[in-house]
Amino acid sequence: MTGFIHSFESLGTVDGPGIRFVVFLQGCPMRCKYCHNPDTWQAGAGSRYTAEEVALRALRYKNYFKNGGGVTVSGGEPMMQAEFVTELFKILKANGVHTALDTSGVLFDKNTADVLMKYTDLVLLDIKHIDDGEHKKLTGFSNKNVLAFARYLSDIGKDMWIRHVLAEGITDSDEYLKRLKEFTDGLKTVKKIEVLPYHSMGEEKYEKLGLDYPLKGMKPPAKERVENAVCILTTKEKHNN
Amino acid sequence: MKFKEWEGFKPSVWSEDGEVNVRDFIQHNYTPYTGGGEFLAGPTKATLDLWDEILKLSEEERKAGGVLDADTKTVSTLTSHPAGYIDKKLEKIVGLQTDKPFKRALQPFGGIKMAEQALNMYGYEIDPEVKNIFTNYRKSHNDGVYDAYTPEMRRARRAHILTGLPDTYGRGRIVGDYRRVALYGVDYLIECKERDRLLKDGDMTPDKIRDREELSEQIKALKNLKRLAEIYGLDVSRPAETAQDAIQALYLGYLAAVKDQNGAAMSIGRNSTFLDIYIQRDIGRGVLTEERAQELIDHFVMKLRIIKFMRIKEYNELFSGDPTWVTESIGGMGTDGRTLVTKSSFRILHTLTNLGPAPEPNLTVLWSVNLPEGFKKFCAGLSIETSAIQYESDDLMRPEMGDDYCIACCVSCMRVGKDMQFFGARANLAKCLLYAINGGKDELIKDKATGRAMQVSPVFEPVYGDGPLNYEEVVSKYEQMMDWLAGLYVNVLNLIHYMHDKYSYEALEMALHDTGVRRFFATGIAGLSCAADSLSAIKYAKVYPVRNEEGIVVDYKIEGDYPKYGNNDDRVDSIAVWLLKTFMGKIKSHYTYRESVPTTSILTITSNVVYGKNTGNTPDGRRAGEPLAPGANPMHGRDTNGALASLESVAKLPYEYARDGISNTFSITPGSLGKDGETRKTNLVNMLDGYVTDGGHHLNVNVFSRDTLLDAQAHPEKYPQLTIRVSGYAVNFNKLTREQQNDVINRTIHQSF
Repeated sequence: MTGFIHSFESLGTVDGPGIRFVVFLQGCPMRCKYCHNPDTWQAGAGSRYTAEEVALRALRYKNYFKNGGGVTVSGGEPMMQAEFVTELFKILKANGVHTALDTSGVLFDKNTADVLMKYTDLVLLDIKHIDDGEHKKLTGFSNKNVLAFARYLSDIGKDMWIRHVLAEGITDSDEYLKRLKEFTDGLKTVKKIEVLPYHSMGEEKYEKLGLDYPLKGMKPPAKERVENAVCILTTKEKHNN
Repeated sequence: MKFKEWEGFKPSVWSEDGEVNVRDFIQHNYTPYTGGGEFLAGPTKATLDLWDEILKLSEEERKAGGVLDADTKTVSTLTSHPAGYIDKKLEKIVGLQTDKPFKRALQPFGGIKMAEQALNMYGYEIDPEVKNIFTNYRKSHNDGVYDAYTPEMRRARRAHILTGLPDTYGRGRIVGDYRRVALYGVDYLIECKERDRLLKDGDMTPDKIRDREELSEQIKALKNLKRLAEIYGLDVSRPAETAQDAIQALYLGYLAAVKDQNGAAMSIGRNSTFLDIYIQRDIGRGVLTEERAQELIDHFVMKLRIIKFMRIKEYNELFSGDPTWVTESIGGMGTDGRTLVTKSSFRILHTLTNLGPAPEPNLTVLWSVNLPEGFKKFCAGLSIETSAIQYESDDLMRPEMGDDYCIACCVSCMRVGKDMQFFGARANLAKCLLYAINGGKDELIKDKATGRAMQVSPVFEPVYGDGPLNYEEVVSKYEQMMDWLAGLYVNVLNLIHYMHDKYSYEALEMALHDTGVRRFFATGIAGLSCAADSLSAIKYAKVYPVRNEEGIVVDYKIEGDYPKYGNNDDRVDSIAVWLLKTFMGKIKSHYTYRESVPTTSILTITSNVVYGKNTGNTPDGRRAGEPLAPGANPMHGRDTNGALASLESVAKLPYEYARDGISNTFSITPGSLGKDGETRKTNLVNMLDGYVTDGGHHLNVNVFSRDTLLDAQAHPEKYPQLTIRVSGYAVNFNKLTREQQNDVINRTIHQSF
């Protein structure tokens, strides 16, 4: 079983707990406007590796995986190669390594997830937008599957971190944030909610790929907006005002 | 107990008559500390005022062009100058190198020419009488070396295949056990040395005569150390009674060493846990508070921060930022499993907070995965804040060196008071590869007589033809060239150290060593990653030589890609390992001076820039003149698989073959260590644990962004204390040359989005 790999990062510290070996898979169905990895979009590109090769590569860093560290599979959208990820995680679990899946959930399919979740310790679920219409505008896809995946994870008792990219004028309004908060409050296994402020560092990649940057001129959100979002999304009491 | 000053200490072997055994004293008397830094005290008013004065003087010195004042007349000895103070009523620990702070001493024993040139460069004139004496009556080390150099040695030196040799300046890297002054008092140390001298009797072989002469020099130096104390109204003839006495005595021992020697690296040893015993005893007796204890340490460290030497500008280009390498080794584990971390390990690191970051003393944490978590996190937090700490693997060094070693200079491990080393700078292995291809001709240097490329080595058969280089052929020629280089290098060092012993013997430092000292012969390697990548290119890509009209290869055309060192790729990492083992094997096959034990280091300090300047185009695609990577680092920008892959490549280099240290300088943006302060600390701790577990030896940890450095380059006044770690030491960023600043900026700063 081989997978299409975009790249590896040996010192990942922002995609899951502890120090993480991050595998970026190639291919993503979504075309999020703020995507900073457009070079991972095209499916079937990248380098081919067997699950075993990737696992061996990751295991070389085992001595760095203390305090909850491990391997995160990101992308692209890793669920596009769910079978490959399952095989990879199976080997890693056999070696006692913590596994995390960084996904948008958009390709959720219960049968596939049932197998994959057996070998997954943590899901980093990126909810792009709580509003279905806005989700479509932003990514080209409905968020039905995303939210269904979140409920599924909650139901099977799988730990998840909710991640939410904060982009001014797109996701940062109080209304949307409160709706998102309401949704996540209904989930039982959310261990952490991370607000990821939009940054423009992907812009260069668009230029290199000869693509138009959809958010040209867009600025990262102001510090207060980020704080506001963190406050709304992570405060224990519900925001009713 | 032999001395009343020892009251309250637990006696053991250390306190028996005739014994000098500081380690044993520590082991029986120290209190391990496993908590965090909550107990620490801030600076006292005296500390802040004193530090203010020092900052003012530093600013004046910078404005004056790098040197504020210099002695042109009085040759520095232990007793040459009257007492000097920054502000007598504020100073808890006293003693300056001359009679005034920031006034540099005249130290011509290493070389009168250098001493004179250094003065001239900063607008001073040497006193004619001193020059006369050291030219016509008293020979210096430098003159001795040049009297004995062979033409081949001079060529190799001129071509910079050997660079940084301590032939014009003091060799340094010898660390006296300054703790002995505090624990035993000088009278007792003299007694012991006199007894040792009695044993050097019988057939008067040249070795024994030298031993006797050296012991007499040592005894004289100890007597002068007592006089130095007297100049400051102090008495070090007896053991220290209080913590303040102990720090003062220890510092005077060190001060005597720097008054005696302008050595390249004047490291101070491993003192904080030793001093902690005195501080604990005083606190227990109710005569010292935490605030006062911290004040003593702060004042001690301030003194170490203003150690200065008069050096020529070229020296600063090689070893930038006016470094003195007052390396203090902190922490580590005992061989009995107890940690050697004490509260004073925290206190000395806390000076980075109380006084702000600074490059000196060169704070070196001996890291073990078994260190207490509180200490690990404390160090990681300070690293993230100040970038002023370096880490060396105690787990790697302890099995061989025990638990009372220290680091000299950057990465050189020695048992305190039991080992010394002959510092040997380094050989440029990247340039050696070019010589292998060109039969020992240097494409960058013209022979004055013929106008053609200079033949530096004896004539070797070069690589012929214009086809792609053949790996086996190049390797076989490279081995021959390394044979030549290793032999020449060892002989150059033999000669240098013979002369240094003869004309600039470190009597005071050696008086604070056991008489039967073990000596290391510390060679070094530069250009390891460049040479490894070059061989990898030849092996895995196609590399075509480009020749000039003379037929000399001056450039290389590369077709295809090749594995690069720094990506945890065994195909090329194994080449780097092979290079190290091969070169070290060749070094070992030669006679080394005074039965010294050959070692090597992979450490360039900042000389990687100068080495690069003197190295032509290399087969890895590096352009002529571009810097080599520092120490054992991968070449800039070629480690593309993230920070850990880079660390792992370096960790593969076997320490057994490079016992003098394997230096790795690591830079990362704060955000790449994690999202918040706590996470960053934990991740840095995990990273250090992982690196050490996997066999890594040394790591400089820098946490900053490229933007900060660019801003500091443009607006130095905004960053008076910006400290960064370069290969094996720390430096004030503003004191680097522009070229070196650019080199630091262009290095891989690990960053993730």
